[in-house]
Amino acid sequence: MTRKQKRLAVIGGGVAFLVAAVLLVMFAFSQSIAYFYVPGDLAKANVAPGTRIRLGGLVENGTVRRGEGSTITFTVTDTLATVPVTYTGILPDLFREGQGVVAEGAFGTDGLFVADTVLAKHDETYMPKDVADRLKAQGVELSGKETIK
Amino acid sequence: MIIELGHYALVLALATVIVQFVLPVIGTARGDRALMAVAPAAALAGFFLVLFSFSVLTFAYVVSDFSVANVWENSHSLKPLIYKISGVWGNHEGSMMLWLLILSFFSALVATFGANLPERLRANVLAVQGLISVAFALFILLTSNPFLRLAPAPAEGRDLNPVLQDIGLAIHPPLLYLGYVGFSVCFSFAIAALIDGRIDAAWARWVRPWALAAWSFLTAGIAMGSYWAYYELGWGGWWFWDPVENASFIPWLAGTALLHSALVMEKREALKIWTVLLAILTFSMSLLGTFLVRSGVLTSVHAFATDPTRGVFILGILVFFIGGALSLFAFRAATLKAGGLFAPISREGALVLNNLILTTAAATVLTGTLYPLVLEALTGEKISVGPPFFNLTFGGLILPLLLAVPFGPLLAWKRGDVFAAGQRLFAAAGVGLVLAAVVLYIHSGGPVLAYFGLAIGFYMIAGAVTDLWLRAGIGKVKGNVAFRRLIGLPGSAFGTTLAHIGIGVTVIGIVAATAFQTEHVVEMKPGMQVESGGYTLVFEGMRQGQGPNYTEESGHFNVMRGGVTVTDIWSSKRLYMARRMPTTEAGIRTFGLSQLYVSLGDAMADGGMVVRVWWKPMILCIWIGALIMMAGGAVSLLDRRLRVGAPQKARKVKPVLEAAE
Repeated sequence: MTRKQKRLAVIGGGVAFLVAAVLLVMFAFSQSIAYFYVPGDLAKANVAPGTRIRLGGLVENGTVRRGEGSTITFTVTDTLATVPVTYTGILPDLFREGQGVVAEGAFGTDGLFVADTVLAKHDETYMPKDVADRLKAQGVELSGKETIK
Repeated sequence: MIIELGHYALVLALATVIVQFVLPVIGTARGDRALMAVAPAAALAGFFLVLFSFSVLTFAYVVSDFSVANVWENSHSLKPLIYKISGVWGNHEGSMMLWLLILSFFSALVATFGANLPERLRANVLAVQGLISVAFALFILLTSNPFLRLAPAPAEGRDLNPVLQDIGLAIHPPLLYLGYVGFSVCFSFAIAALIDGRIDAAWARWVRPWALAAWSFLTAGIAMGSYWAYYELGWGGWWFWDPVENASFIPWLAGTALLHSALVMEKREALKIWTVLLAILTFSMSLLGTFLVRSGVLTSVHAFATDPTRGVFILGILVFFIGGALSLFAFRAATLKAGGLFAPISREGALVLNNLILTTAAATVLTGTLYPLVLEALTGEKISVGPPFFNLTFGGLILPLLLAVPFGPLLAWKRGDVFAAGQRLFAAAGVGLVLAAVVLYIHSGGPVLAYFGLAIGFYMIAGAVTDLWLRAGIGKVKGNVAFRRLIGLPGSAFGTTLAHIGIGVTVIGIVAATAFQTEHVVEMKPGMQVESGGYTLVFEGMRQGQGPNYTEESGHFNVMRGGVTVTDIWSSKRLYMARRMPTTEAGIRTFGLSQLYVSLGDAMADGGMVVRVWWKPMILCIWIGALIMMAGGAVSLLDRRLRVGAPQKARKVKPVLEAAE
């Protein structure tokens, strides 16, 4: 190979690697992005069962039920609509009724939302930003305690 | 009074760093040596002023002076002393003070150890450091002043976020910032070189120690942060691909690339322009990380107490420095002469591959981190990019690099022989496969890929040792000769080997802890038991406890093996009184390199407790590997050829040492 060919080969290899990286990123985006919804969005959004989403809102008062062992059900609300959620595992320390929550998972065919991750944030005055923004957009009054710190 | 002195010292420090920037720039433009000589003095003065100011703030925390708003918001008189001190940087204002302190510390180090640098270069480097300090001192004084007073002073403080009341806060942020901010020196050197329009191998030799030091600190900082999140959050995870974690990981990847490209530049005068660009990009990523964490744009589990209004100021700093540096680069890069040529298969070629992969991987992590922010800004759509994205892209890209790492040191400069290197690595690959097979024999039933992952880890360790083995001629020459050759090898050879062994160890830890961990979520009443990792945990019951500023409920577990009690585990939930905030204190017991990890859930109506038990095999390897990498950086730094203070000596011994390579 001449020097020019060698250089072309090296540059070609580098470009091929970068193209592969870009394709990988695009593939991964198509596979693993979770969209964020509040319960009120779901009627319009038509989320197919099995599609991973993040569901945000407030834990409705009086809906937290401990089932068998470590399975817990609760209802997420944005005051317009509600979604029943089931979760198996240990809830975060700051999970409380009336407080903001983000549940990540998918709907089953029965319309029940099965969460595999439940997030409530570190700070007791903290509400997940996504939740606060959407609730505000829907006109839900947030008490001082729930505003973003 | 003392508080106002601290405040005043900070203002004086601002004035000093303005001098540190302005006078040397005028000096280098006019060729005025007296003005250039101001730089080191100003850098030292600036450092001591910031140090004094920081000490005053620390003093306010130690004596619980709640007339200072920052202390009132983040401290409590009942807090143990260590958390009063670490609480100084456990909040926005204090952590920016720490940033500035470390920045001026590095300026002072350059001023002290840079006596042998060319006059103009040193003046320019310190001027750029000064300019960065000006930006951050202004940021603190204008938007994040920790010295503001409250009148009347409240009687009691609001306490520090309980999650932060941990020894981890005392160690993690300083280490991380020493790494983040350490790269500012490389940045300043790059800008100074661009201003001068002259750059050579000596430049790389001056920059490399700073890059090594910053990289070592950043490695330790990230590892410490990971371990802290692991034991403190009680979720059993050690890396979440959280934006804040990514913000520290991206500079690490770029910094690792910089270390390697500076090596090529130092030895072969090649990759000059690229190295300068990397030096700029690495610190840019540090600034970006600071912006992401401090501006509050992220919805993140780590973003404590951030304020969006400050974001605009940091964004300004970010745009000014990154934009300015890249513009300067665009103007000046063409004037830098391209360096030596080399064949694609060579040490240089291997290091280029390293750089290609590391920077691409950094770019994908950056993409995944910023994409949700960009999408939300453009369309208002909210998405989350989670661990599956990063595992797939980062894992897929970094795998070829792991396989290639042992080849690098075995290839000759200029023109290498990949087949010869491959032959030399046969043994290492064999060791990897055999050890993985042994693991398969002892502990079958894991996913097939996991055994390959372990094989790669073992191969990397054996491959790193191969380099030293061959260079010492073990097995070829007499034992005592080989030993003398081995200890005669330069420190950087040991540094390389150690760092590469460290990656292998970390890979083993990640693979084992991910693929072979077991997790049980069970409801337990006293007397019940659960099996995990070959141990039996017997729940003994709950006990109430009281700490200095919290109450706690602890679950007591006896750990049995073969019917005999070997140890016990306490796992607790705490309620911090000042903030009425609960935290989980996981119970962790170490067995060799593996750990049993127990965290408590909710109490059931019938008196049972939800308990989550993990067996985390070989998990300590993850952090031990990082410590080995850091040790590699430290050993390299001790290499006399790199010692900034002794360039003449290094030049004299250089031919001998190069022959040994």
